[in-house]
Amino acid sequence: MTLSQAWHTFSRALVITRRELRDQLRDWRLIVPVIVLTLFFPLLMNFTANQAVRFVAQYGAEIIGDRLIPFLLMVVGFFPISVSLVIALESFVGEKERHSLEPLLSSPMTDLELYIGKMLAAMLPPLAAAYLGITVYLAGLAWTIGWKPTPALLVQIVSLTTVQAMVMVSGAVVISAQVTSVRAANLLASFIIIPFALLIQGESVIMFWAQYDVLWWVLVGLVCLMAVLVRMGVQLFNREELLGRDIDEINFKAAWAIFRAAFAGQSRGLSAWYRGEVFPTVRRLAIPLVILTGALAAAIVIGYNYAPLYRLPLSADALQDMTRTFGERLAQFGFVSPLGAGWILLTNLRALAIATGLGAFSLGVMSVILLMLPLALVGYFAGQMALIGVSPALFFAAFILPHGLLEIPAAILEGAAILRLGASILAPPPGKTLGDGWLMALADWAKVSLGLVAPLLTGAALLEALVTPRIVLAVFGG
Amino acid sequence: MIETQGLSKRFDGFLAVDDVTLTVQPGEVLALLGPNGAGKTTTVRMLTSVLKPTAGWARVAGYDVARAPAGVRASVGVLTEQHGLYFRMRSEEYLDFFGELYGLAPAARRRRAAQLLERFGMAEAAGKRLGEYSKGMRQKLALIRALLHDPPVLLLDEPTSAMDPQSAKLVRDAIAELRADRRTVVICTHNLAEAEQLADQIAIIRRGRIITQGSPAALKRELLGAPLMELRAAAPLNGLVEDLSDVVEIVEAGSDWLLYRAPEPARLNPLILQRLFEQKIPVVTLAEVARSLEDVYLQVVEAAEGEA
Repeated sequence: MTLSQAWHTFSRALVITRRELRDQLRDWRLIVPVIVLTLFFPLLMNFTANQAVRFVAQYGAEIIGDRLIPFLLMVVGFFPISVSLVIALESFVGEKERHSLEPLLSSPMTDLELYIGKMLAAMLPPLAAAYLGITVYLAGLAWTIGWKPTPALLVQIVSLTTVQAMVMVSGAVVISAQVTSVRAANLLASFIIIPFALLIQGESVIMFWAQYDVLWWVLVGLVCLMAVLVRMGVQLFNREELLGRDIDEINFKAAWAIFRAAFAGQSRGLSAWYRGEVFPTVRRLAIPLVILTGALAAAIVIGYNYAPLYRLPLSADALQDMTRTFGERLAQFGFVSPLGAGWILLTNLRALAIATGLGAFSLGVMSVILLMLPLALVGYFAGQMALIGVSPALFFAAFILPHGLLEIPAAILEGAAILRLGASILAPPPGKTLGDGWLMALADWAKVSLGLVAPLLTGAALLEALVTPRIVLAVFGG
Repeated sequence: MIETQGLSKRFDGFLAVDDVTLTVQPGEVLALLGPNGAGKTTTVRMLTSVLKPTAGWARVAGYDVARAPAGVRASVGVLTEQHGLYFRMRSEEYLDFFGELYGLAPAARRRRAAQLLERFGMAEAAGKRLGEYSKGMRQKLALIRALLHDPPVLLLDEPTSAMDPQSAKLVRDAIAELRADRRTVVICTHNLAEAEQLADQIAIIRRGRIITQGSPAALKRELLGAPLMELRAAAPLNGLVEDLSDVVEIVEAGSDWLLYRAPEPARLNPLILQRLFEQKIPVVTLAEVARSLEDVYLQVVEAAEGEA
């Protein structure tokens, strides 16, 4: 899109925005809470800040007051933008319920123009209220106790407020365009409210801890999330779905048919299934595979670099005794046996199931982080070995490689499939709905998991139980 | 112009529109008739590029509905099934908003809106919010919205629904003017008298398929047979019925009246009158028995249901 095309799209979107804003300003049920939150709440926070500062000063705990004031500045900015959620949630589905959506969809407005227009309309009034609230709060503080924020803090809070509003609105507009009733949209709003409640709590901890630099990283993460949500919203926006679907229902029969078709394809027999379905699926996972490989490699490096910061009380001499004792204990518990292999396999499968569950709700991100953790530990212990003069490569070759040759590729494959599954909601295949796209990604995950990961993990578990302990004992047991 | 070929739409397992093929020329009005749930609205939504066809194609004002949706939507004026007004707005600002959506310049859209409001007797209500309008007024405003950007193609769903007789006549006159102005018009209506009055072509749709289409006269001839004539005489016919049966098909006869079918009224009616004149039987009236589109519609739909 060229600059002039982008400007044309934006100015067309503003037609929708202007109408929506005029309409909102005529709705007293919206205006009154915004005015109350904008004017009354900052004054209340101002009063609270003053009282708190005076109270804690009596006990020599001025630091609490110093940390409370910026925190309340963030709260004052956040509360009005919680109103934006209500407006955004009913942006599309509310019009559908009032039957005013079809004339709009029948107009020459493009999907992008409609989407941006609605988003801006949902965002601008609460943002204006938030900035006004922040101004009232700061003016009050300057007048009563002479407190002024540093420019960096002010930029940080204003930026956080703005980006948080944009993330909430983007998410709410996605929901609004996908559901069939305002009631359903309000119920699904929990998926925005709960994470944001946790985020605000996290930000408050950061602010009381005075680690304001961390807030910049939070801002970067939120900007990335906002870009993802906006892209997702535009990709998923579908006039046909908006207008055509009147009932939210889960059609299990249709879902199973889609899943089954994507899982089995036209294959007859196991080898045909591998050739026709499993291996082509792996080829389609090229980009997620590269991402996972990079992430796991980075995890090892990160763990390795943290070893000097958190050094263990180890020595090369003690390592030999420790290894022998550990090997005896393993044998005592029956670990070095097929039963031990079974336990390892179950543990690994459980970990991958958790990763799948987390990945499904976090666009695949949490699954990547979870899969990085064990390799970060590997890197950490390799670093500890280096600190006591033991070759990290030897450590890796003895402790990890025997079963890692199968387990690490299994983790990469599974992680790539989960990443694809989590990210499938961002952009379903052309001509497919969000649900269909997710089911097809789930089928791909199932093919990879059952066809490749499960056999690899089984082999890795046997090696880890029966071979790796013997190699470790031979190399490090003396 | 509207052209469709094999136009179909499937929602999950349900075939809502099945193989619809029709052509509506500029200056033509097509009335799309059918029972509730027949697929009329779905067909109209495909023609406005809101729904994508599952199979087949359609071109509206030269634009393909699947490949050039923006072009289609800019060329079509739609009166939707639900009027969908914004109740907190007033008519002028509502029309100004839609005029802007359709790319009209400010002065042009204000002028056009004023003309149409005046034309449909809505100028006096301009100061009221749309939520205060009656059903008929809302319908008129929605129609004005469809006409605002002077589109070459109009798709009107129940254009005179909820309107008083005077307003309904205004709308019918407007549609007739649009036809005279070489616009392509498709109306979906349950008002068969209106369809008969306005439409050049009728298409009856049932369960997503077009079961019959043609001009009202052609459909009547095809489905109801040759025109039926009623002759009333001032004196008994005195056995003239047998005499006339070699000329026309006598359907029913009384002492001084006759019902007969005349495939070529222009040739046969003068012959009948000539025979009566020769027999010195005075004629009171000779007129075609009115056959309505409702007769055609009911026959077609009942026949289709019987087959099903």
